[in-house]
Amino acid sequence: MPTLNLEIVTPEARIFSGEALMVTAPGVDGDLGILPEHMPLMTQIHPGELHVTTPSGDIFLAVGEGFLEVLPDRVSVMTDMAESDSEIDEKAAEEAVERARKAMTEKTLSGEELATVQSSLLRSLAKLHVKRRTHR
Amino acid sequence: MPNTRDIRRRIKSVKNTAQITKAMQMVAASKMRKAQQAALAGHPYSEVLNRVLVSLRDLVSEADHPLLESRPVEKKLVLLVTSDKGLCGALNTNVLREAASLDSKSTVFVSSGKKGSSFLARTGRDMIADFLLPDSPTFLQTKAVSKFCLEKFLSGEVDEVSVLYPKFVNTLTQKPVLLSLLPISKDKASGIDHDDKSSGSQFLFEPDADEVLNAILPYYFHFTVFQMILEARASEQSARMVAMKSATDNAKNIVKDLTLEYNKARQASITTELLEITTAQMALA
Repeated sequence: MPTLNLEIVTPEARIFSGEALMVTAPGVDGDLGILPEHMPLMTQIHPGELHVTTPSGDIFLAVGEGFLEVLPDRVSVMTDMAESDSEIDEKAAEEAVERARKAMTEKTLSGEELATVQSSLLRSLAKLHVKRRTHR
Repeated sequence: MPNTRDIRRRIKSVKNTAQITKAMQMVAASKMRKAQQAALAGHPYSEVLNRVLVSLRDLVSEADHPLLESRPVEKKLVLLVTSDKGLCGALNTNVLREAASLDSKSTVFVSSGKKGSSFLARTGRDMIADFLLPDSPTFLQTKAVSKFCLEKFLSGEVDEVSVLYPKFVNTLTQKPVLLSLLPISKDKASGIDHDDKSSGSQFLFEPDADEVLNAILPYYFHFTVFQMILEARASEQSARMVAMKSATDNAKNIVKDLTLEYNKARQASITTELLEITTAQMALA
């Protein structure tokens, strides 16, 4: 079975590097499923769930904003966050969602600040999504 | 003949100095470990980002994005990264010597770090902004700096943006490096081996090339600046640790020399005293 070389990096660390059978990433225009021999593609990704099927099992990661580069034999994911469900603190994520919602309704934030709060809200929601799916 | 009391006083003061430099060395060593880790942690990320950009660069032309467009250089902007505090050996001096060699008429400076700003003010250079960053800056904090530079470039006020910072080679070596970042050109983005696999093949962009370039090019710049500032911090702490270590060693040597001198003086005075006593005894007998 053909595999592709997957690399997931954040500014803090290399999260994953190895073989994968399929990668499903949250692209800006909806989820993208990538199999080996995919056409070269360059896109942005949104906060959401990254699903990796490896020969040794499935991995679910909550990812933040970033970029995705696809080559026929290689996929590189650059994102500002990548956490697996065991690393996610459900309570902290819930609180973060609450805080961000509050900040967005109450205060009149401007430009940069609003964008920061919005992206942190989306990141926390993505974390919750990944965490809860494994509970089901 | 130096007075024994004077020598004792000097020994004490040198010992005090040694104690302080030793403490500073310890502090710098622990900060250095953290700063080095922070600087190294970003390497895989920037490696991938670099690789992506290199393969991307082949597929787009200069006209596709303002950040790729090289203009005739009339004004240069240099982001000068130095430390806020001194006592870190020749680190800042080396960087500032490099800065002094730049043509002051066609260069404007943006400074981060007190040592750099006071140098620019002293030598009457054209400093358009001064940013204060904490010891371990976050991406958002350095983004304010890089955003300022980016805007200056996009508005056409400057035609080139470079960064002058102490590059971290290893704990003992830091090298001042002047690196041009904007416009983003093919040879500047490389730094790793060129991967030929992607060139020639058609890249698909989603949603479209403009949007992706609009996102990734500024991001690349912001991230590179962030990485450089982190590296400058690692350099600073390493240089400080090494400088403080040699200061402590020097102080210990001085203490050794002074102790020898003190013992000699003490012995000499005892000998003189003994001589006086025996002479007196002989005179009485």
